[in-house]
Amino acid sequence: MIATIQHPTETSKTSNIINYLQNCLEKQLHQSALTWLNWTIEKLLDNPSSHSLFIGFSQTPRQVGKANLSLSQEAISTARQLRPGWMPEYWTVDQAVRTLLLLNFQTDEPQEYLASVEKLFSAADVAEQIALYQSLPVLPYPQQFKARAIEGLRTNMVTVFNAIALHNPYPKDYFQEAAWNQMVLKALFVESHLSQIQGLDSRVNAKLAKMLSDYAHERWSAGRGVNPQLWRAMGSFTEGQILADLEKVLREGETFEQQAAALACFGGSAEAQTLLDKVPTLKQAIEQGQLTWDSFSQTHL
Amino acid sequence: MLIDNMMVIDPHIHMTSRTTYDYLVMKEYGVVAIIEPSFWLGQPRTHVGTFQDYFNSLIGWERFRAEQFGIRHYCTISINPKEANNEPLAEQVMELLPLYACKEGVVALGEVGFDDMTEAEEKYFRLQLKLAKELDKLVLVHTPHRNKKEGTSRSMDICLEEGLDPLQVIIDHANEETVDEVLDRGFWCAFSIYPNTKMGNERMVELVKKYGSDRIIIDSAADWGMSDPLAVPKTAQLMLESNIREDHVKAVCYGNALKAYGQSGEMKEEHWLEPTAIDQRQLYEGNSVLRGQTPMVEKPFQESIIIR
Ligand SMILES: [Zn+2]
Repeated sequence: MIATIQHPTETSKTSNIINYLQNCLEKQLHQSALTWLNWTIEKLLDNPSSHSLFIGFSQTPRQVGKANLSLSQEAISTARQLRPGWMPEYWTVDQAVRTLLLLNFQTDEPQEYLASVEKLFSAADVAEQIALYQSLPVLPYPQQFKARAIEGLRTNMVTVFNAIALHNPYPKDYFQEAAWNQMVLKALFVESHLSQIQGLDSRVNAKLAKMLSDYAHERWSAGRGVNPQLWRAMGSFTEGQILADLEKVLREGETFEQQAAALACFGGSAEAQTLLDKVPTLKQAIEQGQLTWDSFSQTHL
Repeated sequence: MLIDNMMVIDPHIHMTSRTTYDYLVMKEYGVVAIIEPSFWLGQPRTHVGTFQDYFNSLIGWERFRAEQFGIRHYCTISINPKEANNEPLAEQVMELLPLYACKEGVVALGEVGFDDMTEAEEKYFRLQLKLAKELDKLVLVHTPHRNKKEGTSRSMDICLEEGLDPLQVIIDHANEETVDEVLDRGFWCAFSIYPNTKMGNERMVELVKKYGSDRIIIDSAADWGMSDPLAVPKTAQLMLESNIREDHVKAVCYGNALKAYGQSGEMKEEHWLEPTAIDQRQLYEGNSVLRGQTPMVEKPFQESIIIR
């Protein structure tokens, strides 16, 4: 199956992303960094050896620095058009350069490409891992990196976990339900910001809702707080235990927790709507658009 | 906590063998940066894959773990002298080294040198010195426990024969018997404050009284053995109490390590004095949030009988 996949440079998507990153970097990098970058890319194009890729990849931060990639509003929306959900505005220049190197590494065989990227993963330091996982949605053969991305979620390094889970369309587009659910639950455990997970609303499912409710109960038993973003993933599964949870939060929770529970009820079952009727002020705020998950997430990530 | 909040660097400590609690206490005692040399884990490795996983943890997990306590973690990469005696394995590890030597935060090749002073040890010692020269890297030399004097002399001969500049080489685990030659020949001279087998800190006080602070570095070499991750701050305190000039104490417990390893370009004071928002974001909070804000990382150190 893999042999039928197009060569990366033959896809217009890849060359568009190459041009895009190249343009952004030309606006921002100093001449010496650009000279190094162009030289490295030329070397890669002349002779796509994994050795050159590894050296260039390791040297990147020393050569180009680690400043935030600064993108205009226009550039940000172009990124979304090139690859839906792609958010390079959260990247740094070294991450952009590393991605550009990966895109300019053109092997004849997909297997060779995948093996080289896998080798990079297997010897990557923290910053390199972050760059690699962030680049997945724009790399060729994205489907082939699914197992690697799921493996990446098992890390103990929150920064690496976040590179996969947050501001990244890859999980939403490629993870099956089990991996997706584990990722959301782990995000709660490691205190990542759920609101920055792409597809949190669209990929709700009954199993996840149940897992999150169980987790909330565990927290309550231990006398610990519950991240209110958790209620966002309840979707239309607001019945039984989950309905009781929401009722409890509306009754006993802090104001911000009540807001989250009300938002969950608003998108939920008929019984949830009945619950919502008991908090008319919140219901009104939601109906009038003053309280949304987006507005809520400005203060409670 | 040390008197007057002095910052110290422990330029030789094997955190892989230590607990997270050690990080907490080290931070409390003023350790701002550490270097973790690649070394022997207490039991011989039999596969190249275990070396790769070890190197990965030096540039990955340990770096991350240290940063959680605001301690900057650097490392050195090598095949160590003991394991160089397994030649088929050493051969494979040599192939891995270039993949790691140029990464961020890798300040030197090391620990290299002698253990039993075998031919195989010398072979891989020399090969790694050649690699250091080729990649323009510093070298950390482990001097042997047995036959130390001869081993130290021989190690320095070999470094010079391979064309290294003595100022690019740190000779570690020195003692009263080797210090003169190391300093006379122009190398950095490091002492490991390690109970029973290496240097004690009262002896170290006497050494600094006698030799001053030029090119002298102290470290803990703490590992899986009976050792002390607070060896550097404790020795700093003892020196101050023994009326050693503060500038000498600061040099041997902080400044000289920075000067020596800073030559790599990979270790800079600003990394801990003024960490950039980007570094903080990547290391503490993921690179997705908190542009320009300061992440909350400092957790006050407190012992409590209650466990939550
Ligand atoms: Zn050691």
